[in-house]
Amino acid sequence: MYVAVKGGERAIDNAHAWLAEERRGDTGIAELSLDQIRDQMSLAVNRVMAEGSLYDPDLAALAIKQSRGDLIEAVFLIRAYRTTLPRFGYSEAVDTGAMACDRRISATFKDAPGGQVLGPTFDYTHRLLDFKLAADGEVPEAPTNAPRMETTPHITEFLQGEDIIEREPSSDVTPGDLTREPMSFPAGRAVRLQSLARGDEGFILGMAYSTQRGYARNHAFVGELRIGKVPVKMEIPELGFAIEIGEVELTECETVNQFKGSKTVPPQFTRGYGLVFGQSERKSIAMALVDRALRWEELGEDNLGAAAQDEEFVLSHSDNIQATGFLEHIKLPHYVDFQSELELVRKLRREAQELADEMAAREAAE
Amino acid sequence: MNTDFSPEDRKAWMSLLAQADETQLAALWRDFADVDAADTARDPGFDWLRPPEAGGVMVRGRMGAVGAPFNLGEMTVTRCALTLRDGTVGHGYVQGRSKPKAEIAAKIDALMQTDVAADLRAAVLVPLQAKGQARKEARAAKAAATKVEFFTMVRGED
Repeated sequence: MYVAVKGGERAIDNAHAWLAEERRGDTGIAELSLDQIRDQMSLAVNRVMAEGSLYDPDLAALAIKQSRGDLIEAVFLIRAYRTTLPRFGYSEAVDTGAMACDRRISATFKDAPGGQVLGPTFDYTHRLLDFKLAADGEVPEAPTNAPRMETTPHITEFLQGEDIIEREPSSDVTPGDLTREPMSFPAGRAVRLQSLARGDEGFILGMAYSTQRGYARNHAFVGELRIGKVPVKMEIPELGFAIEIGEVELTECETVNQFKGSKTVPPQFTRGYGLVFGQSERKSIAMALVDRALRWEELGEDNLGAAAQDEEFVLSHSDNIQATGFLEHIKLPHYVDFQSELELVRKLRREAQELADEMAAREAAE
Repeated sequence: MNTDFSPEDRKAWMSLLAQADETQLAALWRDFADVDAADTARDPGFDWLRPPEAGGVMVRGRMGAVGAPFNLGEMTVTRCALTLRDGTVGHGYVQGRSKPKAEIAAKIDALMQTDVAADLRAAVLVPLQAKGQARKEARAAKAAATKVEFFTMVRGED
């Protein structure tokens, strides 16, 4: 029997009204502006852009405000908005070699051309709460030095000379786009990277950590990590030439991994790659580790049965919007489903009881 | 008509307008257009070929920075196209969702193909370029101050 149930409209309206009031909080305290969120919560904004897969800091700030700081809810809002946008086209691949680097470090080469540039990092802070921030305070201007305006070469270029690191085959093949065709397996590296770039930071971090702890171990060094802005070029169809349509801040991580070689390839270093919107350092390192772990088959490595080697497992569970949608739907009314389960369990219990009674009666008679 | 510009020129000004700070662009444009209300050459009437619309562009990266391309994620872009009364066509393609910014960019793109190009370049493009460059240099100067200068501790073996 199927019973349609209506009702709850007033309760829902009132709940949403209360939500709006709670979101605002104490009206005696100044309201947050989007500018404040964009500029002062910029790493939260970056995360929402990366996982929402839409680079627009103002929209991400709005989503964070609307979601009361629940970043997965904010990502959800961005994903929903994204589907309403007409797709104007695809950009040319960004040239991260031309990045204006705010930060650029290498854990493998101390004296890399361009140097080790720390940028505005949390590294080497003591992770002690800074109570000065609890009070309003003027921030002193950061020190400056003679700016270096030339481009910074990628570290892997230096290893390439000796062929001691695998070459990244250059190609202009059109990559699959998981926003256009549903994902199927094997997905291929291009779709994997797209999926990892928008995947949940916590999930990707956990997967990457598992490889470091020994599940599909591939011993990664951070060959290079760079953060900065790159221009985005796109061919304008009505003009017949490409222009820069904007610039995006990116974090790029290239790992250098041990590889003993295979039947066809001599021992050499292999590569993992992470590229993420915004300043998203942890995410880009994690992405590079997981990318490398998922490349086991093309590199002729053994399948060790590790979760981080399982493309279907990783890609099917990395999207926090899919995950939260499925997880949270079980809190919505399932009265009819549950009613039938309840009937079933009662029936089974009745039958079990009857059987037990029958056995007891038989035993007593004997 | 001003035909004294190369395709490279046009690419450069469209790219500059796409990335410009909206507040700065709007202020520079107002100063240029309003300097003489009677001079309609500076802010002439136009018809929309395509009114401003916001959309998304899928940004691509390359595996290992230099290998095969992959889709990284989208960015917001607003575009429009207009024609001045003399038939000159201007296109605006700007980052973000601002329709007024796209409109200004398209007007400037059109006017850069007319006789006011030199004045417009001096009044809007040159200062915009300078501001953008100054912003980049200021960040690069702060980055330079965080460059590590290694020094080696000499061990006393000989």
